Amino acid sequence: MKIFAPFQKKKDSNISTEIFSASRRDFLKVGGLLTGGLVLGVSFFSCNEKGKKIISIAPNVYLQIGSDGVVTIVAHRSEMGQGIRTSLPLIVADELGADWKNVRIIQAVGDEKKYGNQNTDGSFSIRQFYKPMREAGAVARLLLIRAAAQRWQVPAEECDTENGKVLHRNSGKKLDFGELVEAAKSLPVPAITEIKLKDNSQFNLIGKETPIVDLHDIVTGKAVFGIDAATEGMKIAVIKRCPVIGGAVKSFDDTKARAIPGVIKVIAIKGPGLPATLRKPLSGVAVIADNTWAAIKARDLLEVEWDLGPNATYDSAQQIEELKQEVTKNGTIRRKRGNFQAAKAAAKKVIDHTYVAPYLAHATLEPPTALAVVKNDSCEIWACTQNPQGAREAVAEALGFQVDKVRVNITLLGGAFGRKSKPDFIVEAALLAKESGLPVKVQWTREDDIHFDYFHALSVQRVVATIDNENKLSGWEHHIAYPSISATEDAAVLQPSDGELGLGATDFPYDVPNINVTTHDAKAHLRIGWLRSVRNIPQAFAVATMLDEVAEARGVDPVANALELLGEDRNITFNEELVKTTYQNYGEDIANYPWETARMKEVIRRVAKESGWGKSMPKGSALGFAAHRSFLTYVACVVEVQVDANNKITIPNVYYAVDCGLAVNVDRIKSQFEGGAQFSASLALKSRITVKNGQVEQNNFDGYQIIRMPESPGQIHVHIVESAAKPTGIGEPPVPPFTPALCNAIYQATGKRIYTLPIDLAT
Amino acid sequence: MAKYSIQVNGKKHEVDVLEDMPLLWVLRDIIGLKGTKFGCGKALCGACTVHLNDDAIRSCSYPISAVGDAKITTIEGLSEEGDHPLQQAWEKFVVPQCGYCQTGQIMNAAALLKKNAHPSAQEIEQAMQGNLCRCGTYNRIKAAITAAAK
Ligand code: FES
Ligand code: FES
Repeated sequence: MKIFAPFQKKKDSNISTEIFSASRRDFLKVGGLLTGGLVLGVSFFSCNEKGKKIISIAPNVYLQIGSDGVVTIVAHRSEMGQGIRTSLPLIVADELGADWKNVRIIQAVGDEKKYGNQNTDGSFSIRQFYKPMREAGAVARLLLIRAAAQRWQVPAEECDTENGKVLHRNSGKKLDFGELVEAAKSLPVPAITEIKLKDNSQFNLIGKETPIVDLHDIVTGKAVFGIDAATEGMKIAVIKRCPVIGGAVKSFDDTKARAIPGVIKVIAIKGPGLPATLRKPLSGVAVIADNTWAAIKARDLLEVEWDLGPNATYDSAQQIEELKQEVTKNGTIRRKRGNFQAAKAAAKKVIDHTYVAPYLAHATLEPPTALAVVKNDSCEIWACTQNPQGAREAVAEALGFQVDKVRVNITLLGGAFGRKSKPDFIVEAALLAKESGLPVKVQWTREDDIHFDYFHALSVQRVVATIDNENKLSGWEHHIAYPSISATEDAAVLQPSDGELGLGATDFPYDVPNINVTTHDAKAHLRIGWLRSVRNIPQAFAVATMLDEVAEARGVDPVANALELLGEDRNITFNEELVKTTYQNYGEDIANYPWETARMKEVIRRVAKESGWGKSMPKGSALGFAAHRSFLTYVACVVEVQVDANNKITIPNVYYAVDCGLAVNVDRIKSQFEGGAQFSASLALKSRITVKNGQVEQNNFDGYQIIRMPESPGQIHVHIVESAAKPTGIGEPPVPPFTPALCNAIYQATGKRIYTLPIDLAT
Repeated sequence: MAKYSIQVNGKKHEVDVLEDMPLLWVLRDIIGLKGTKFGCGKALCGACTVHLNDDAIRSCSYPISAVGDAKITTIEGLSEEGDHPLQQAWEKFVVPQCGYCQTGQIMNAAALLKKNAHPSAQEIEQAMQGNLCRCGTYNRIKAAITAAAK
């Protein structure tokens, strides 16, 4: 099974590229309706220590240039709003010198043998594929240039490509790509060593703002999301699931449900019990009907008797109180530097606070939905999935089919944020299609989505900071308690994994002589998953709001405090201080992507400058600051807040400075930061899942709120630091620093410190 | 079950459905117009927004039996060529991220502009507050509506 949290999986950063000529038949198998043309297959591989190729991680991307000059690129990553269907092809096209208007993009189906790991999360598509994509473009360019040079009888070195043409600089001769395709086809494919990549200054698309390719389809309602997938004779299923995780159907009466016109079948689904797993459907009863409304109505009329199981007494408020006690005890040390206890004993001042954050639901605007067709021993799926291969294997496992008999087609995703990397809803569709013999689309309602998410776990964290006689931050102790994602697969897990801690806790970068990071037991009672930026959310909240308090206690400006504590320009590895583990660094080798204090300091200085940090503000208004590195990207954030006499919070301005290495599609980086600020504003101000008697208490967007336009941050200013470094993630890094920056601003405006999310100034 | 004749995007459709079936599911499941989206089913998110005559309504919470001979317009019927001023502005500002909420946003904004050709920033926020965007495209939505209203 291939369901890994995005920070736990080993990324293959040293990818090599191999480019081969692909037969037309090969390409047709990919699903592109193409005829002829020059077709290149690009296979990516990494080598083991002995230099042997490891093919299992080898994604193949296909690139075709037709005799009409149209360039077709197969996109193998899922599109969920981050713009990857635009950004990856754009890289190929820029290196190739294609005319962007003549580039067509086809979505690949889920196939690990062909595309490698397609799981689209962890903000790593660009990071991993930037160089291979350029190499693919460069090989195609060289082929076309050689074909043109032959025809013109000139040296290839004198030729170049531009806007879908090869041109000869000296004579001004030009030929369209399409006219060269036949000749290029007969040439041997150049080796990677023969190509020369463009200089960054020659880019026409990379580093600029390119609109997303699905734009027109989206604004005209033609874009096909998971919910829009359809096939001949399709029926709709809606499922009543056991309200408590780990429970099961005891018996049910479907008399009333069956009386609804349009209802075809009622089928029980067996659940996994506990652990609930990251891939299996929950226990429930499904209604299959002619249309969605009949299925919803009938589902609500089902009378089910449940065996609720051991989580039936679970109460999240009570667990939070218990964890608040836990974090006052000695826990398990996970990182240790110096002697914190001695620092505390010698301290002039000790600041000690506990930070609480609730469960969160992803609440993607498109609820989970998947269509399955089962014929004999094969199954075809259409779904909004971030993880088509995980889905493929989970479906094969559930149906008892060979993996290669399952085909997963990826639609556009109406939001994902980590939810749609779990294939449970896809397996539901497959099981029901097999059992009923009908093409079945499973539709989750919003209530289903809020009740049965793979939740972002609640969190209790205690930070103790000590200040010594020289007014220095001498000690830092971070206590952490939350149910681990790993517990969803293994109920025995009670403490956070190293991967989770590496998201802003054990990688605390500040130059403090005495550090403890300590974890505590917290049992999981729901399905715990990962949500955009994952544990960085509660960890950055605790760390960056405490640092603001430290600055105040030291009488130092928060920005100056952060710059000072980051210390000398240096690369940090953390490893020698971690207990029995190494720093996971988002799956990347720390040697390739070190934690660089200089880069963090630069974004901090930049955001201070852009926001006018230090300027005087009218009464009730203030600026707050926080900085955080996640997914290898450095982000500093300043939030401006206004709080009126009724405690109404307004956010007129948000300033970000970001170093994500080389900026590929500037417009989509900006939009991810704009959206990231809004996403963080939701969790800071609005969203909370609570559980009583093992059951989620919120049902829909009335109980589980996300930010609406009138209260959303006004202007979001995104400043991208110019960099030629390797590109890093942009989907998740905007989220973590916004919330603590907002909390710090609220303190400046009101004198009230925030220790509990979502923010409630009335209490 | 009952028979209804409704007018959608200038075309008549005869449907035979449950009386309480929301217009949303009639459009999506019965007529096959899928640009209108399902987000909450409870009039809380605006993803399902269409026009009933000139008003923006939440089709998820509007039963077919209440439609009568009103004219329904969906995103597919907003403009012939996909070039309504709002659609153009949406493209100019590259508003969408995942795109799922956007047809509802556009339909809601179109109803606003029909009633108020030059809304203030505050009027835009008030009119759009029923439309959620989980991806957080609010700032660009505001910019696009403002530009289209010029
Ligand atoms: S689906 Fe109708 S308002 Fe949400
Ligand atoms: S663009 Fe994704 S919900 Fe609005």
